[in-house]
Amino acid sequence: MSTLLLQLINGFSYGFLLFIITCGITIVFGILGVLNLAHGSFYLLGSYLGYSLIMKAGLPFWAALAAVPLIIAVLGYMLETIILRPTYKLGHLSQVLLTFGLAYIFHDLFAILWGKNMLVVDPPPALNMSIQLAGYSVPAYRIALIVIGLAIAIFLWFFQEKTKWGAVIRAGLSDKEMAAGLGVNIHLVFTFVFVLGSLFAGVGGVIGSPILGAFPGMEFQILILSLVVLVVGGLGSVSGTLIASLLVGFVETFSRYLVPELSLIITFALMAVVLVVRPQGLIGRRV
Amino acid sequence: MRNLPVKGPLLFLIMVFVPFFLSIFYVNLLTEIFILGVFALSLNILVGQTGMVSLGHAAFFGAGAYAAGLAAIHVSTNTFLSIAAGLLAAFLLAVIIGLFSTKANGFYFLMLTLACSQIVYSIIYQWRTVTGGSNGLTGIAPIDLGANIVLSNQVWVYYFILVVFTIVLFLINRFLHSPLGSVLIGIRENEERMKSIGYNTALYKNISFIIAGTLGGLSGSLYVIFNGFISPAEVYWTASGSVLIMVLIGGAGTLWGPVIGAAFIVILETLISSYMENWMMIIGAVFIIFVIFAPDGMVGIFNALKKFFVQPKKLEVDADEPIIKPIKQETKMDG
Repeated sequence: MSTLLLQLINGFSYGFLLFIITCGITIVFGILGVLNLAHGSFYLLGSYLGYSLIMKAGLPFWAALAAVPLIIAVLGYMLETIILRPTYKLGHLSQVLLTFGLAYIFHDLFAILWGKNMLVVDPPPALNMSIQLAGYSVPAYRIALIVIGLAIAIFLWFFQEKTKWGAVIRAGLSDKEMAAGLGVNIHLVFTFVFVLGSLFAGVGGVIGSPILGAFPGMEFQILILSLVVLVVGGLGSVSGTLIASLLVGFVETFSRYLVPELSLIITFALMAVVLVVRPQGLIGRRV
Repeated sequence: MRNLPVKGPLLFLIMVFVPFFLSIFYVNLLTEIFILGVFALSLNILVGQTGMVSLGHAAFFGAGAYAAGLAAIHVSTNTFLSIAAGLLAAFLLAVIIGLFSTKANGFYFLMLTLACSQIVYSIIYQWRTVTGGSNGLTGIAPIDLGANIVLSNQVWVYYFILVVFTIVLFLINRFLHSPLGSVLIGIRENEERMKSIGYNTALYKNISFIIAGTLGGLSGSLYVIFNGFISPAEVYWTASGSVLIMVLIGGAGTLWGPVIGAAFIVILETLISSYMENWMMIIGAVFIIFVIFAPDGMVGIFNALKKFFVQPKKLEVDADEPIIKPIKQETKMDG
């Protein structure tokens, strides 16, 4: 019972972490039509920067959590305006390949700057303890992760469904040309969405690092998990991404606990089944 | 392609005489280029000809390599047998993956192939008793053609792989211009129209996937015969990425493009890795430059130069050119 509860909490927190990482790539893919294969690199850069700020520079965790996503967002802004914007005419495939080349470059830059060892970030001292929950001790950081993930999900839902900017983004999602024709500066929306996606990758990088650590090649693992969530959840809805993240988080956690050898296979099998049965994702529009 | 019968054998003869002039280092480099050339050619059937961009082609390379290696270790050292095992494994894998992934279009196809190749990778990585896990598979015997002909010398390996490469190149050239090849080009250009003409495009996409996968398995088994060693790193998705880079840098949809791209990447990798270990960065940067400034790859640059210099004979040049133009990327990738 105790292990079951613990795995439940683990699955939940992992799922919410996945949600934070994945909502960026989903929204960027939905609006720009560009599958950002460098998204995992953004995440890992967030982890590494968090490591440098927290473990090396000695800044408090929350300061890093505020600073790192901003840095990643600025980087995302630069990439969108310098590399992606001039290349929209080349077609989406070329842009995806561009981000793929970027992932290659980032991979080696990380190895140069942060070495090849696994780096671990300590959770903030206030949360570095256990909480008694129904008689069992549960790591407080995991609970905090759930709370943060939930807050971001609610924020995103509110933003997308209830604000004017959200309406513009939804318009862009369903028909970019029409939205542009109605006077929406769609390029500005593209940039904004890309920056937002990078920002969340940075957030995920910082708050994910105490749990997942940071090591070379990790960006590809994260990227592939994000793609699984993207496919399972479908495009363009916060709720779809959230449900898919939680589902993947649970499947991954429990399969790792029950049949560790097959955990990766089970996760990908889930994706394959969803793609074949419901190509548009569990919740999402048909593409 | 009227003058190919002259150019091809000439090139083949030059390659036959290469080991007399160059040191064993360059001969090995050329062997590697041929093997990866076959790999890139196989992916080109998917990416260049059918317009399906796969990011999981290393799965077939790995399946072929591991099956060939296991056959060589456990069953018989006969090379033809190991190659047959490699082809069979890659074929079966392509049938299974093809069933799933050809249902998807565009980026979903890309993601599905990526996921499938990661499944293959994790199976290879975790099935320690058979594949040796992260240590890889070692101790694979040199080429044994049966009847006591054992080619242990690197130069003989070179000749063996040169012959296989030439056969593959010849077959793919025929395939590119065959009716089936034209159907695949039609699917690349406009799948809906091919459907309405009455072609079962799903079936043709599957066929293309299976041919590409099986050929990928062939290159994997050649690699394991040449190297005597295979590790899971060759099955990881970065391997799929680098072969995609080879195809696109060389020129997708052309006959020689993938080979030129493979040669370019292998040479670049060898050059850079003697100076620094971060060759991925350089290749990534070169790739980005190609994607932005030369989307048609090296063959595209070459053709543009040819057109520029041979302006008066333009008509004739055009008539010589195959109908296969480099991939049009906007058609199916609109997310």
